[in-house]
Amino acid sequence: MGAAKMEKSAADLLSSPGVSSLLKSMKLKTKQQELLIRVSVLGLVYVLAFITRLFSVLRYESMIHEFDPYFNYRVTQYLTQNGFYEFWNWFDYESWYPLGRIVGGTLYPGLMVTAAFIYWTLRFLRFAVHIREVCVLTAPFFAANTTVVAYFFGKELWDSGAGLVAAALIAICPGYISRSVAGSYDNEGVAIFALLLTFYLFVKAVNTGSLAWALGSALGYFYMVSAWGGYVFIINLIPLYVLVLLVIGRFSMRLYVAYNCMYVLGMLLAMQIRFVGFQHVQSGEHMAAMGVFFLMQVFYFLDWVKYMLNDPKKFHSFLRITVTSAVGLGAIALGVGTASGYISPWTGRFYSLLDPTYAKDHIPIIASVSEHQPTAWSSFMFDFHILLILFPAGLYFCFKRLSDATIFIVMYGLTSMYFAGVMVRLILVATPAVCLTSAIAVSATIKNLTQLVRAQGKSTPAGSGKGTTSTKASSKGSLDQSPPFQRNGAIALLVGALYLLSRYVIHCTWVTSEAYSSPSIVLAARGANGNRVIFDDYREAYFWLRQNTPPDAKVMSWWDYGYQITAMGNRTVIVDNNTWNNTHIATVGRAMSSYEDEAYEIMRSLDVDYVLVVFGGVTGYSSDDINKFLWMVRIGGGVFPVIKEPDYLVNGEYRVDKGAAPKMLNCLMYKLSYYRFGELTTEYGKPPGYDRARGVEIGNKDIKLEHLEEAFTTSNWIVRIYKVKPPNNRW
Amino acid sequence: MGRSSTTKDAQALFQSLRSAYVATPNNLKIIDLYILFALFTAVIQVGYMAVVGSFPFNSFLSGVLSCVGTAVLAVSLRIQVNKDNKEFKDLPPERAFADFVLCNLVLHLVIMNFLG
Repeated sequence: MGAAKMEKSAADLLSSPGVSSLLKSMKLKTKQQELLIRVSVLGLVYVLAFITRLFSVLRYESMIHEFDPYFNYRVTQYLTQNGFYEFWNWFDYESWYPLGRIVGGTLYPGLMVTAAFIYWTLRFLRFAVHIREVCVLTAPFFAANTTVVAYFFGKELWDSGAGLVAAALIAICPGYISRSVAGSYDNEGVAIFALLLTFYLFVKAVNTGSLAWALGSALGYFYMVSAWGGYVFIINLIPLYVLVLLVIGRFSMRLYVAYNCMYVLGMLLAMQIRFVGFQHVQSGEHMAAMGVFFLMQVFYFLDWVKYMLNDPKKFHSFLRITVTSAVGLGAIALGVGTASGYISPWTGRFYSLLDPTYAKDHIPIIASVSEHQPTAWSSFMFDFHILLILFPAGLYFCFKRLSDATIFIVMYGLTSMYFAGVMVRLILVATPAVCLTSAIAVSATIKNLTQLVRAQGKSTPAGSGKGTTSTKASSKGSLDQSPPFQRNGAIALLVGALYLLSRYVIHCTWVTSEAYSSPSIVLAARGANGNRVIFDDYREAYFWLRQNTPPDAKVMSWWDYGYQITAMGNRTVIVDNNTWNNTHIATVGRAMSSYEDEAYEIMRSLDVDYVLVVFGGVTGYSSDDINKFLWMVRIGGGVFPVIKEPDYLVNGEYRVDKGAAPKMLNCLMYKLSYYRFGELTTEYGKPPGYDRARGVEIGNKDIKLEHLEEAFTTSNWIVRIYKVKPPNNRW
Repeated sequence: MGRSSTTKDAQALFQSLRSAYVATPNNLKIIDLYILFALFTAVIQVGYMAVVGSFPFNSFLSGVLSCVGTAVLAVSLRIQVNKDNKEFKDLPPERAFADFVLCNLVLHLVIMNFLG
């Protein structure tokens, strides 16, 4: 019965009506047909999810992308070379000079351990892979696994048809692809898999009330905690869900078993990750979960007493005594904990989630990262496409068939959508929820429509699903006065839905290939003839550092490039992308925005040998250090009030041409970026010293360096390296 | 006046609770005892922490969480094997017990690791 429906929707999904007729001729039973279709669709989706992420490998080469992945790659290399215990105790001298960094205790090791485990397994099976290939392909592999989890989750929420649609949707959804293409070796790659797995197992535990599923969910949570800081979302969403169920009167023993087992075991497991440590009992972000845990005990206890007493009057008096004392105790404990500083206040990133303007006003280092910006409408459309319209429809279907599971997905969808609106990078967290709800909408709609088409089609042979189908359709038909048009309408809608879904596929493929597959370490541009020009300046510069500088040289650069310099250049850096010490970063910002003499003093005190700046004036590469410079000023000025932002602006305007502020024209960053640039003609018909990234002629063409000398400039001038001269030995 | 009525209520409450509890099956009573024991141990540890201090915080946490975890798991087991709970009709007690053992195993393995 369900099988016939299922088969239909699956066949529609494949948009190949030939499949079902072909299978009918193979004389399989309906059940077997269904299973075969389901498994093969899932298998195809699995492969599709993997290969759609390989654009970047085909376009460029098998390499690690962007900034953070380079650190992860370096750590993974260390892990595979030195073993787990060395990795756990690793003190890294090559970053945050002269402070260093305790790597083992300040990272989420899930990703690296996973990659190392895959690497060791492949080695054990005698596949001679390089660790880089494993790292590059980890994210696509986990994305493929996510589709399987999405299938089971959809099945748990709605039915297996919705599960298949969910798997197909999430396999190619750009919101997820953006963080999981081959080469983007970042925590999110495995974390979304862990997130969805935790949620799925938790919903399963709530539905079955079994300890084993709850244990599975706790283990999933452990994996999530080990992989990504976004686990805070889980530890707040699940208590919220429990609370909502309590409030709307859906408290059940199953919920009690699932939540308590998951919470206690999950918390305990999470404490094994050193970076998280005791936060589950100390930080304010995790207190909601603990509060709900205690609330649940009280609730259950009251329920039990009520059941034992069997007498409402006595129970009320009991309630009066216990509730007042419990609430009083809880309030006192929380008050004392917060006042004594035992429960730490919320961190800045968390505040900026609740109040989008918080970071902008208080923490420049968070606000300066582009992926922490509030999301624009267009990027929702870009990342979700039709899912954005299907999402509310899915919510409607969920409300129509309310159960513990659909309440969960509704809450997950709504909260994550809010967070996606606050921060661009959190679109990633919303993606699975959006895909699942949309899948429910698609599956339910298509199923209804095909039922209409089938019930009234005379040529269609009577299937086993005829019973319910025809009654449902006829009851609908009696409501609607025009049955002949209804069928045509259904067909039209079906065609429309298929058209929309195919547009979605086209959009996703286009976005993946155009927007999300560039490694950002190798830049590509279109030449005048339409040919592709590759700028490989970053790797050129890092390789130069590796080959031509002393092994203990210290390189100062803005923090964006820290991970890459240590990973590819193998040199010590002052600051890197792990922004744990704001003062240190502010010192570098101060050096960059001071005059050369003052900067020289700062650089001497930090023992800097080389300074690296990124400059896009020749190629028109816009995310270079001059465009980031105001953030250096802001971050530097936040700690050292000597640096004032208005000194670098003219009437509140940021400019680099003749009208720029005098301090701007003579600060270290300006000098290092534009040194000898005044001699260069970048574009035909423009004066020498024409900056193509900002489209102006620079204001200071005669730059003399006193304490630094140019050491290396890459072929397209994107990276420029300067050597800091030793002090003069005579006055 | 209000106070005496409260105490009277509490007494009546206690009496009726006790009479109702006598009818509980024996296996559930055993589980209850186990839960009470675990909670009692947790309370002792918290008291000890309050007196002596929580310096090896991981040891304290693992001690308390071991007790709390045991208690919570036992409550879950009690819910699952209770014949009166209609939600768990399909779940055989053997399966419930196997789950309970499995969870305890994981719990105490982690505790051993965390004890330090």
